[in-house]
Amino acid sequence: MTKPFMFEKPLGMRDTLPLLYETKALVRNRMSVEIKKWGYQFIETPALEYYETIGEASAILDQQLFKLLDQQGHALVLRPDMTTPIARVAASKLLKQQIPLRLAYSANVYRAQQREGGRPAEFEQIGIELIGNPSISADAEIISLLVDVLKATGLKDFKIAIGHIGFLQELFISILGNEERAAVLRKYLYEKNYVGYREHVKSLPLSSIDKQRLIDFVSLKGEENTLSKAANLLEHETGRETLQDLKELALQLKEFGIEEFISFDLTLVSHMSYYTGTLFEVYANQVGSPIGNGGRYDSLLEKFGWNTPATGFAIRMDRLTEALGEIKETEASECVVFSPERRKEALDFAKEKRERGINVTIQEINALENVDAFTKAFHEVHLYIGNGGARSE
Amino acid sequence: MNSFLTIAMPKGRIFEEAADLLRKADFRLPPEFDDSRKLILEIEEENLRFILAKPMDVVTYVEHGVADVGIAGKDVMLEEERDVYELLDLKISTCYLAVAGLPNTKISDITPKIASKYPNVASSYFREQGEQVEIIKLNGSIELAPLIGLAERIVDIVSTGQTLKENGLVEYAKIADVTSRLIANPVSYRIKEKRITEIVDRLAEIVNQ
Repeated sequence: MTKPFMFEKPLGMRDTLPLLYETKALVRNRMSVEIKKWGYQFIETPALEYYETIGEASAILDQQLFKLLDQQGHALVLRPDMTTPIARVAASKLLKQQIPLRLAYSANVYRAQQREGGRPAEFEQIGIELIGNPSISADAEIISLLVDVLKATGLKDFKIAIGHIGFLQELFISILGNEERAAVLRKYLYEKNYVGYREHVKSLPLSSIDKQRLIDFVSLKGEENTLSKAANLLEHETGRETLQDLKELALQLKEFGIEEFISFDLTLVSHMSYYTGTLFEVYANQVGSPIGNGGRYDSLLEKFGWNTPATGFAIRMDRLTEALGEIKETEASECVVFSPERRKEALDFAKEKRERGINVTIQEINALENVDAFTKAFHEVHLYIGNGGARSE
Repeated sequence: MNSFLTIAMPKGRIFEEAADLLRKADFRLPPEFDDSRKLILEIEEENLRFILAKPMDVVTYVEHGVADVGIAGKDVMLEEERDVYELLDLKISTCYLAVAGLPNTKISDITPKIASKYPNVASSYFREQGEQVEIIKLNGSIELAPLIGLAERIVDIVSTGQTLKENGLVEYAKIADVTSRLIANPVSYRIKEKRITEIVDRLAEIVNQ
């Protein structure tokens, strides 16, 4: 292997320079203030976890995990998401104290890039988990919180698509008869391959009515009356209960006053087997991938010995800041440039400013090659140089 | 509102058929479209922008969301496995992916070598067959590889079979049928759903005639 240059980084690893750092800090702050207002408590978990616990329970594909060995030879992973570590903490400790649990996090997660650059392998997620509440009001609560959190960042143009893995599953089983056949069709949806889906449906030994029901299923999305169109596809009682749940969810979201951001999309399959009920994705204009996603994962906690339902969401900081664009609101900063003989005077002045909450940079003039180039980054510049009084510009 | 939409078109072989199809579906493409060297063309009255890309790259532009929809060959979709919606079979540029080689030859038991422009497709096909092979990536004129002993088999697209025949090669197996597909970025498909569905419907009407 050739020696890397000193400025090279592993694929997908990125530096955060001051301007982006400030933007992220501002956005993170706005979001965590909102999350706390809803009574969620922030926690942290370690970046490294055991492969056998977190790696295998996680929804992230195995080839996307960063794996390494500790000194004893145990396989470790860099956490690929926060939901699984939080499930571990909840199961091992917190659930014994309180149910339901409302937890939040803001943390970097790690997913290896397979193909090319253009996507980060380390990125920050801000999210929440509501553990131990199976009701629809829990789903409504987190979706409403999601809307409030996004609004708090200043994002205006976004849309949440809500689906339900149960409805799709019940419809498929009722038409196709068994899980094996349903899984084949679900895979086409997961791969977003509508052409393959339609061809497969045509090749099935079904009545033309049932084939048409399966073909019509893929249009169950969009702004208007998706749920009543879905009702027309059902023949028997199967699926009606799930649909009733979704109607109840729609009603509750209306009571929260956020229906303008919501649309239902019953074709949404964001993972082959992870989600167990409602699931959703958040889209913003100008960003090519979802800026956040979430849903109900009632069987994850089981892997840690608790049969407890849970639901949650995660927002991707990198995509959210991309959607927000440049945020103008930067903090005012001032600079004091001084010559050595007036150091005391300059430092006292800076101290007094800082006590008033202003960010002040102090800089001795002898160390500057080009004073103008240095000072132009500041909103105000105070000069303590040579004889006489202070000069501010 | 008629939101602005970007369509990625493949240059070369597929382009003419694709442009023809769009015209039949009443998209008012400018006449200079066909022989223009420009890579970006805007049609303001339709709120459309076309970008012209290498066929292999169309899926990349669409996956990253810089194009909302695109026209891409199924061969490219199989090779690249990008996260995009495959909405409609346009039934143009029909061909298929196949394994070919010199007649009456067997692949070696130890290190069979396969040359292809589609390394992922070739690798997963032979794995499914239970064969452990080594893939050599080539960018064109794949038929040359078995002729001068670079590889024992090739995996490539076949439309008429003429090129294989002229080079004395025979087809050993068919891997998959290939036509061009209308694809969409997952976010665009949600945010600009009405616009994209309208395009799908207009094209579907022509395709299914």
